[in-house]
Amino acid sequence: MFATGFIFALTATLTIAGALAAALLRNLVHCALSLTVTFAGLALLYLQLDAQFVGFVQILVYIGAVAILVVFAILLTRGSGLPEYGSYGRHWLSGVVIAAAVFALLSWAVTGKLPAAALAQSAPPAPALAPVEAIGAALMSTYVLPLEIVAVLLTVALIGAVIVAMPEARKAAGE
Amino acid sequence: MTPLPYFLLVAALIFSIGLAIALTRRNAILVLIGIELMLNAANLNLIAFWRFGPHPANQADPLTGLMFAIFSIAVAAAEAAVGLGLVIAYHRHSRTTDLDTMTRMKG
Repeated sequence: MFATGFIFALTATLTIAGALAAALLRNLVHCALSLTVTFAGLALLYLQLDAQFVGFVQILVYIGAVAILVVFAILLTRGSGLPEYGSYGRHWLSGVVIAAAVFALLSWAVTGKLPAAALAQSAPPAPALAPVEAIGAALMSTYVLPLEIVAVLLTVALIGAVIVAMPEARKAAGE
Repeated sequence: MTPLPYFLLVAALIFSIGLAIALTRRNAILVLIGIELMLNAANLNLIAFWRFGPHPANQADPLTGLMFAIFSIAVAAAEAAVGLGLVIAYHRHSRTTDLDTMTRMKG
């Protein structure tokens, strides 16, 4: 019991520290790297919640693809990591106040008003078995229509991103 | 096992940090990072509620929450690709990623 609590505290601290570093650091590349730490911490939290498949999907998709994409975008839009303008916008104080208010509201709702609080304090149910085999079977039977829609969405997003980021000179040369 | 409210608190904190990043930072890429953090916090909530929710043995579909998270991750990946493509296109056009000077989208 102590071990799981300790591991949870360690993982949560790592995750939140990564997110805070992404918010506070000045160098953009450092921000992207701390974002990767946050993604890894979230994957560890998923593993603690017995969602092994989602944990590995998180590592593959976020650390393997999104973080690399972010680093690519940073290096393509700027040579070095340090920006030539300030880190924070003009209205940063109101942004911080809004974020703090949202966190206060959410934590108030979670700690005080959650109807399932009694359930959460008791022993959790037996581990929900979610083997990859069952997930694959569900994707191919119950969720086959959302799966196809997501496939179309990813194709459209891929083509759209390439078209949006394509140099305009090529279009002018083609005409 | 760690009780549900701790996971929800961690998710709320990550969501708030992502919101603060999206509202305060001047760089467009960092705003996209903040949006990704908010989506991840929502995913953590989905997984936590799936884990702590009722799981009847003969339920027709015990994987609903998990599927929500998986599809959410896929949509988030598509959003990241398109958003970063937009930022790169804007930077190619006007040589900046500063949101305080991004005042027009006309080519």
